[in-house]
Amino acid sequence: MNAKQIFKMIMAASFAAAILPAQAASLDAKTAEIIKRDFRDKGIAKATRVNQDELQAACSKYVDNVPAKLKHKLEAEQEKAVKWPADGKYMGDWKAGEKLAQSGRGMTWSDKPEDPAGGNCYNCHQLSAKEIAYGTIGPSLLHFGKTRGNTEETQRYAYGRIYNAKAYNACANMPRFGHMGILTEAQIKDLVALLLDPESPVNK
Amino acid sequence: MNTGNVNKVILMLALTASCSAQAAENETTDSDRIAAYREMISDGNPAEFDEMRGEELWKTAAGPNQATLEKCDLGKGPGVVKGAYAELPRYFKDTAKVQDLESRLLTCMTSLQGLKEDEIAAKPFASNKKASDISSLATYVVGQSKGVKMAVSTKHPKAKEAYEIGKRIFNYRAGPYDFACSTCHATSGVRIRMQDLPNMRSNKKDAQAAYTTWPAYRVSQGLTRSFQWRLNDCFRQQRFPEPKFASEATVALTTFLAVSANGAKYDGPGLKR
Repeated sequence: MNAKQIFKMIMAASFAAAILPAQAASLDAKTAEIIKRDFRDKGIAKATRVNQDELQAACSKYVDNVPAKLKHKLEAEQEKAVKWPADGKYMGDWKAGEKLAQSGRGMTWSDKPEDPAGGNCYNCHQLSAKEIAYGTIGPSLLHFGKTRGNTEETQRYAYGRIYNAKAYNACANMPRFGHMGILTEAQIKDLVALLLDPESPVNK
Repeated sequence: MNTGNVNKVILMLALTASCSAQAAENETTDSDRIAAYREMISDGNPAEFDEMRGEELWKTAAGPNQATLEKCDLGKGPGVVKGAYAELPRYFKDTAKVQDLESRLLTCMTSLQGLKEDEIAAKPFASNKKASDISSLATYVVGQSKGVKMAVSTKHPKAKEAYEIGKRIFNYRAGPYDFACSTCHATSGVRIRMQDLPNMRSNKKDAQAAYTTWPAYRVSQGLTRSFQWRLNDCFRQQRFPEPKFASEATVALTTFLAVSANGAKYDGPGLKR
C-alpha cells in the first residue's frame, strides 16, 4: 500500500464519520454556512433574511417537533413579546379585514417597498362561505365568531393568535403577522373583526 | 407574430375551450381541468420548441473556442445525453463537486466553449423578451431521459452529504414569514388557494409526480421553465432572498428532491398551468 492509498483511506474514513447521525450537528453547521453564502439580496428581500432567530432555528433543527420543555419556553417568550392594543380594543372594520384577507401579496423580492403586505388568509384558510378559492394548509375559520361568540376573551385570543401564532404553538405554519411587522395593529384589528363581527361574511 | 406566440395563442384558446366545456361540471377542480388539457395536447407540448432550440445549441459551435457541447460529459461519458438526466445530480470527479444538470451545463459551456460563468449565471432564466440558452439546453437534455427510471445515487460520500444538506435546507425556516419548503410541502392533500401542493417530505408518489414533470412549459407564462427556475420562484414566495444560480444550496436541495423521486419514470418536460 503506497502513501497515496493510505491518505485516501484516511480521507474516506474521516469523511464517513462526518455523516454519521451522531455528527448531525456538523451537517447542521455546514448547512447554515452554505445557506449564508448562497443567498443574495434581491429587491426588498435582503440576504440577512436567512439568519434565523431562536425559534426558527429550533423548529428547523427539530423539524417542527421541538422537545416539550423548549417548546414551552419558546412559546412563553413569544407571548411576552406580544404588543396588545394600547386602547384595549381588539375589533376593527371587517370590510377592510376581508380585503386584507384576500391579498396574498407582500415581502417577496418582486414586491416594491411601498406595496403594503396582505393578510394572506385565504391562501391557507376557508373564511367567508362566498370565497371558494381558499387554501387548506390551516383549519377552516368559517363561522369562527358564530361558534365561539364575540366575547372580549375571544377577541383577545384572535388578536394574539394573528399577532403571533407561535405564542400558542411554537412551530405553527402561520406567520407572526404582528411580531414580524407584516401587519399593523389597525390591520390586525380589522382581521379580528372579520373573524368575530356578527355582520362579517365569515359568520353568515 | 413568431411561432412561439402563435403557438401560445392556440394553446390559450384550447385551454379556454377546455375550461368552459368543463365549467358545467360543478365538482371539477383546476387540477382535473389541467389533466384534461394535458390529455388533449398530449401529442404536442410547446416545450418541444425549447427542446429543439436546445438541441440546436448543443450541436452548434459557439463561444470563444467555437466548440459544440457534443463532448460535454453529463455523467455517462462525453457526449452521452440519453438517460443522463435520470441520474442527476451526481458527483463529478473533474470538478470534485456534486452537480445538477444546470451547474454541469455551466461547467461544459465554460470549459468547452470558453464562455464566462458569470455572464451565463447573470441571465439563467428565459423571459418573454429573451430566451435563455442554458435553460433551452436543459430542456433538450431532460427530454432525452423521457421514460427512463430515476436513479440518483447517494453512494459517493459527497452525494450523500448533498442529500443530507438538501434535506436540512428543505426544513430550514427563516425570513419574515418563518417559511421553509416544508411549510407547504410536507403534508398530503393540502392546497394553497386552489393550487394542490405535493408533499415532498413523506409522500413518495407526490414527490415522484412533482419531480419527474419538471422542467415544464408554464401555460400561464408561455415559457418553458427549468428546475433551477422552479426552486428560485419557490424561494421568492417563501419570502427568502434569492438563491444564487446553480449554487451548492440549490444543488443540495435538488439532490434531496431527486432522490425522493427515485424509481419513477422521468416524464418531462412537463406541462403546468
